[in-house]
Amino acid sequence: MEHDYARIAKDGIWDNNIVFAQSLALCPLLAVTGTASNGLGMGIASTFVMIASGLLVSMMRGVITPQVRIPVFILIIAVLVTLVDLWMNAWVHELHKVLGLFIPLIVTNCAILGRAESFASRNPMLPAMFDGLMMGLGFTLILLVLGAVREILGSGTLFANAALLLGNWASFMELTLIPDYKGFLLIILPPGGFLVLGFILAGKRLIDFSLEKRKNLKESQISAGEPLAT
Amino acid sequence: MATTAQQPSYRKRIGYQAALLGGFSTIATILLVMGNLSTKDAILERQREDLQESLSQVVPHSYYSNNLLSEPLRLNNFAGELVTIYRGTAFNADTGKDVVSALAWEIVGQGYAGEMRFILGLDNQGTILGVRVLAHAETPGLGDKMEVAKDDWILDFDGLSLGNPIEVQWRVDKDGGQFDSFTGATITPRGIVAAILDALKFFKKHQKQLLLTPLVDVDREVNENLDNSVIKSSEKSVSTAVIKTGEKRNGT
Repeated sequence: MEHDYARIAKDGIWDNNIVFAQSLALCPLLAVTGTASNGLGMGIASTFVMIASGLLVSMMRGVITPQVRIPVFILIIAVLVTLVDLWMNAWVHELHKVLGLFIPLIVTNCAILGRAESFASRNPMLPAMFDGLMMGLGFTLILLVLGAVREILGSGTLFANAALLLGNWASFMELTLIPDYKGFLLIILPPGGFLVLGFILAGKRLIDFSLEKRKNLKESQISAGEPLAT
Repeated sequence: MATTAQQPSYRKRIGYQAALLGGFSTIATILLVMGNLSTKDAILERQREDLQESLSQVVPHSYYSNNLLSEPLRLNNFAGELVTIYRGTAFNADTGKDVVSALAWEIVGQGYAGEMRFILGLDNQGTILGVRVLAHAETPGLGDKMEVAKDDWILDFDGLSLGNPIEVQWRVDKDGGQFDSFTGATITPRGIVAAILDALKFFKKHQKQLLLTPLVDVDREVNENLDNSVIKSSEKSVSTAVIKTGEKRNGT
C-alpha cells in the first residue's frame, strides 16, 4: 500500500483539520486560547502525544481486536499523557510549570482517540506517526490563530509571556499592539472563543469556496476552449 | 475495519478479549508504577526547590541565617485548617540568643474561580515583607494581575501591617478601602485583601507561639514532651527581644 505523505500533510493541516473540518477538541481549544502563548503550549504538548499515540496504536494494531479497541486506545493515551506529565514534572520542571495545566487536558482531546481509531489502527508506524505530527500541527495552527485573535482583541497584546513558555530568547515576540487598552472581556471569556471560532470557520469556508470557484472556472475554460456556437 | 476479515477465529473468543484487556491493563499499571517510582524523588526535590524559591521571594535572605524549611510550626488558622509556618531566625546581639526574625506561610483567598493560594512573608513585628501568588484559576487577562510577572499590584502590600493602614482601609477601593481593584475584576483583589488581613490577625493572635525560640520540630515536640520551664524562659527572652526591636523601629 502506497502512502501519500503529501496527502496526509494536506489532510492534517487543512482539508481534514481537527477543528476546521472535524469540529473536535473544542473543549481544550476554548479553554486555553486566551493568549497566543498558551495556545502554542497546548499545541506543542498535543502534537507530541498524537505522534506517540500514533506510533503505539499502529504498533499494536495486529493484536488489538475491534471489539475491545476503544478501551485499549484510551488506556494507551491515558498512560502516555500521565507519563509525559510525570517526566516533564521531574526533568523539565520550568516548562512543566507553564504547560502543567494543559497536560491533563490532553486526555479530554477526543481528536487523539479519533486519529487512533480512524488512521493509526489501519496504517504502518511511519505514516501513523506522520499523521499524528500533521494533525498536531493543524491543531497547533488553529490554537495559535484563535489565541492571537482573542489576545489582540481582548487584551491588546500578542504573545504575552511567550518567554515563560519558550525561554528568554522569545521575549522579542511579546508585543503590546494597543497601548493603554482597557481590554474586551467578552473575547477573553469562553463565549468570545466561540464567536471568534465562528468567524475563523466562516473565513476558512470563504477561502475554500473561492478556491473551488477558481478551479471550476479554469476547468470550464478548458472544456469551453471552442467558442460557443450560439 | 480492515482487520476484521482476516481475524483468526481464536481472537473472537471472549477469553481472548478478556486476556487482551487484562494484559494491556497490567502493562499500563507496570508502566505507571515504574514512571512514578523513577520520578518521585526528583519531583519531591523540585517541589522543595519551588517552596524554597517562593519563600525567598517573600523573605529576603538578609533576614535569617537558618534553613527556612527546617523545624516548621503547624497551627490551625481561623478556618480550622492546619497551616505550616516556616520561620527564619537571626542572632540578636542584645540578648545573645537567636530570635525569630521572619515568618512565611501559605494563605488561601477566595477568588472568582475558586481558591487562590499565596505565600506571605512577615517580619517579627507583623509587617509584610512580601506576598506572591502560588496558584490560582482566575480569568487570564483580568484576574491574573496579581502575578508579579504581569503587574506590580501585589508589591503594594510590602511594608503594610495590621495598624498600617487601619483596619477599615483594608479593602479594595470599590468598598471604600485603599487597595486598587483590577479593571473588570473586583472579586479577585477583594479575596486577596481579605486573605491577607486574615493572616495578619492570625499572626497577632498567635504572636507569642509563633516567635517562640529555640525552634523545635513539631513532630519531635510531641514525642519528647518538652520541659515547661524551657518554654517559659525562652518565651521571656523573645518578648523582650520583640520589645527592643520595636523600640528601635519607633525611634527611627
